[in-house]
Amino acid sequence: MRVMAQLAMVMNLDKCIGCHTCSVTCKQTWTNRAGVEYVWFNNVETRPGQGYPRRYEDQEQWRGGWTLDRKGRLKPRSGGRARRMFTLFSNPLLPSIQDYYEPWTYDYATLTSAPLGDDFPVARPHSLISGEPMKVEWSANWDDDLGGGPDLARRDPVVERISDAVRLDFERAFMFYLPRICEHCLNPTCMAACPSGAIYKREEDGIVLVDQDACRGWRMCVTGCPYKKIYFNHRTGKAEKCTFCYPRVEVGLPTVCSETCVGRLRYIGVLLYDQDRVTEAASVEDDRDLYAAQLDVFLDPDDPAVRERARRDGVPDAWVEAARRSPVHALISKYQVALPLHPEYRTLPMVWYVPPLSPVVEALRDSGHDGEDAGNLFGAIETLRIPVEYLAELFTAGDTEPVTAVLRRLAAMRSYMRDVTLGDPADPGKAAAVGLTETEMGEMYRLLALAKYDERYVIPTQAAAEAAALEETACSVPGSGGLDGAAPVSGPFGEASGPPPTPTAENFHALKDRQTSGALTRPQDRRGRVNLLNWDGKGSPDGLFPGRDGDGR
Amino acid sequence: MSLLLWVAFPYVALASLVGGTVWRYRYDRFGWTTRSSELYEKRLLRVASPLFHYGLLFVIGGHALGLLIPEQWTSLVGSETTYHAVSLYAGTAAGLAAGAGLVLLVYRRRRTGPVFAATTRNDKVMYLLLGGALLLGIGVTTIENGLLGGYDYRQTVSPWFRGIFLLDPRPELMEGAPLLYRFHVVLGFALIALFPFTRLIHAFAVPVKYPFRPYIVYRRRTGTAPATRAARRGWEPVSRD
Ligand code: SF4
Ligand code: SF4
Repeated sequence: MRVMAQLAMVMNLDKCIGCHTCSVTCKQTWTNRAGVEYVWFNNVETRPGQGYPRRYEDQEQWRGGWTLDRKGRLKPRSGGRARRMFTLFSNPLLPSIQDYYEPWTYDYATLTSAPLGDDFPVARPHSLISGEPMKVEWSANWDDDLGGGPDLARRDPVVERISDAVRLDFERAFMFYLPRICEHCLNPTCMAACPSGAIYKREEDGIVLVDQDACRGWRMCVTGCPYKKIYFNHRTGKAEKCTFCYPRVEVGLPTVCSETCVGRLRYIGVLLYDQDRVTEAASVEDDRDLYAAQLDVFLDPDDPAVRERARRDGVPDAWVEAARRSPVHALISKYQVALPLHPEYRTLPMVWYVPPLSPVVEALRDSGHDGEDAGNLFGAIETLRIPVEYLAELFTAGDTEPVTAVLRRLAAMRSYMRDVTLGDPADPGKAAAVGLTETEMGEMYRLLALAKYDERYVIPTQAAAEAAALEETACSVPGSGGLDGAAPVSGPFGEASGPPPTPTAENFHALKDRQTSGALTRPQDRRGRVNLLNWDGKGSPDGLFPGRDGDGR
Repeated sequence: MSLLLWVAFPYVALASLVGGTVWRYRYDRFGWTTRSSELYEKRLLRVASPLFHYGLLFVIGGHALGLLIPEQWTSLVGSETTYHAVSLYAGTAAGLAAGAGLVLLVYRRRRTGPVFAATTRNDKVMYLLLGGALLLGIGVTTIENGLLGGYDYRQTVSPWFRGIFLLDPRPELMEGAPLLYRFHVVLGFALIALFPFTRLIHAFAVPVKYPFRPYIVYRRRTGTAPATRAARRGWEPVSRD
């Protein structure tokens, strides 16, 4: 077992109103530059719908994510190492700008500079790619709110996977919004596909980043990522992706998309996981077992064994503490109401979703039933095949069972809380029916419905992590080599060669030497040096004075 | 003149290659890319790029064979006629593939609006040099070696070329070489000199480590304070518009 910590996100889809505030604020923060005009690190899709880039979920076409080879080992669907090396010179699997959309602006100047005439001057759209006037025909959310009619939505790859009967029926059935950012996967294909090794996962918080200095513009990551959440900047020739707003989370602030979310539906917190079991979990044979396998990789921060192990593996105490209070851990592992997006891509995504109950409630209401009655809801979850199957295709590789279980929990909570709010006696049976105690029900309700800012975002700072590290080393550790190839401060043969020993270790050795040997230690032997703060003033401990014979021992 | 062209110039070009690459590595790793235009157009690129690159790889391999390996060595494994036939046919094929690829690529660059808009003056100079060197290369192979019966450049050009690296330049060897050869060599070295300052630098990004590294890469945060990094030495680009 090797314990690692990661910042993860959960989004409660029931609360998303599709306002795109998150997308806009994210864009203004990160992608308001030339070369990434078409890029939305955060985008909100209407489901059913084709998504952005168009039909990105169709992995038959785009070949993102992993598959298992004949021996059952993981291999990027777009090809392993050898294949990639031989096809470096061309990457036909890269979506073209039309698959995203051609970004445009308007020639606003004509509004003021047009000569006097009978007609009102019009600002015409111009492409930001070619500069030519263009006809706007697609965008990142062209089919927003099912715009463009059922014909567009029918081409949703998820809809295509459900049966024909469903396909004809779905537009009457439901609609919801799906905000998406990079999943900061545990087993990312973008990284696996990068020939330059420029994409890396940070050990401290699991954020997946692109080293802009190491990226050589091969574009293989774009193909590799099944979520198409890594983008090519066509001006700089480098890949860019969602950064989980690392400059913000490092100081304890939530990401911009979370901070500005109108529905307050995003949760950020620490998850502990076992790094040794990641590959194993990603390679379970049946797609439908991936959800359970990933749940299994997560560790329980309340388990003393895990905490002990975490300390040994260098996870700062502040982070383990944060993991205990983590809303993400609660929603994913404790209440099990959050599900991963497309686990069948085998990347072990780390942005999870509480599936929406609203399609079911609305369908009930439309048919004149009480949408808050537990019995009605449970019945509807069983009978309304379409939304459930659709959600299952999104979140559990088509297995309706976990989705149904989550929806039942949400439905039970809804009806239980209605009793409470209306002053009726609370019914413990409703909680028990979905395997929760009444306290748990209350807590889950609080987390999903009321949670305040500091309950939704439990983000330990890097400063806390660093403070702990500094305590140990008592001085800042110069990088050994470092990214920029900067020479380490002390050379391989210098006095401070190698990382300095930690004060605790130093003290331990000094005290041990003192108790076990009567001889002086050599002053040049740093381990034998005496920390005067620890000297009790009695006797003259080893190493306090240099040896007489130049050897000392 | 002979000294200038066949001794000074190659050394200057090589120095520029090495120095330029080091400089680029120190100060402009961010610019180390070809600025792919696949996003704009990919149908033509799909054919042209592999054609050009694989053609060029064979061309480079051919150069290594012809220039670096002394004649005595190859004569150990095969006759001079075999070598000649290989160099003529394989060389022509590789050259034509690379040439056709380049023509397609340049055509695409000119005709696709966004791709042309993304072409810098630096690129244009580079294409001119590359195209020229390639054309002359195909020229020497087909004309001098093919139509005119065969010129044994391994008596003159190759030893001269090796002499440069052995620090024993012998400019007189180049005096006798046909004009086409001499032009080809000059253009070739001009290309080498400019290499690190153009997008050609991407050739030094060959991902040699990729087949051997694990798929998943972990890295520690660098820097001691959150989200900052020490200013780099030298100047940093402010904007790339
Ligand atoms: S979702 Fe993010 S981390 Fe996962 S493969 Fe895509 S870009 Fe990489
Ligand atoms: S800001 Fe929140 S509510 Fe609005 S679209 Fe984004 S996720 Fe949904």
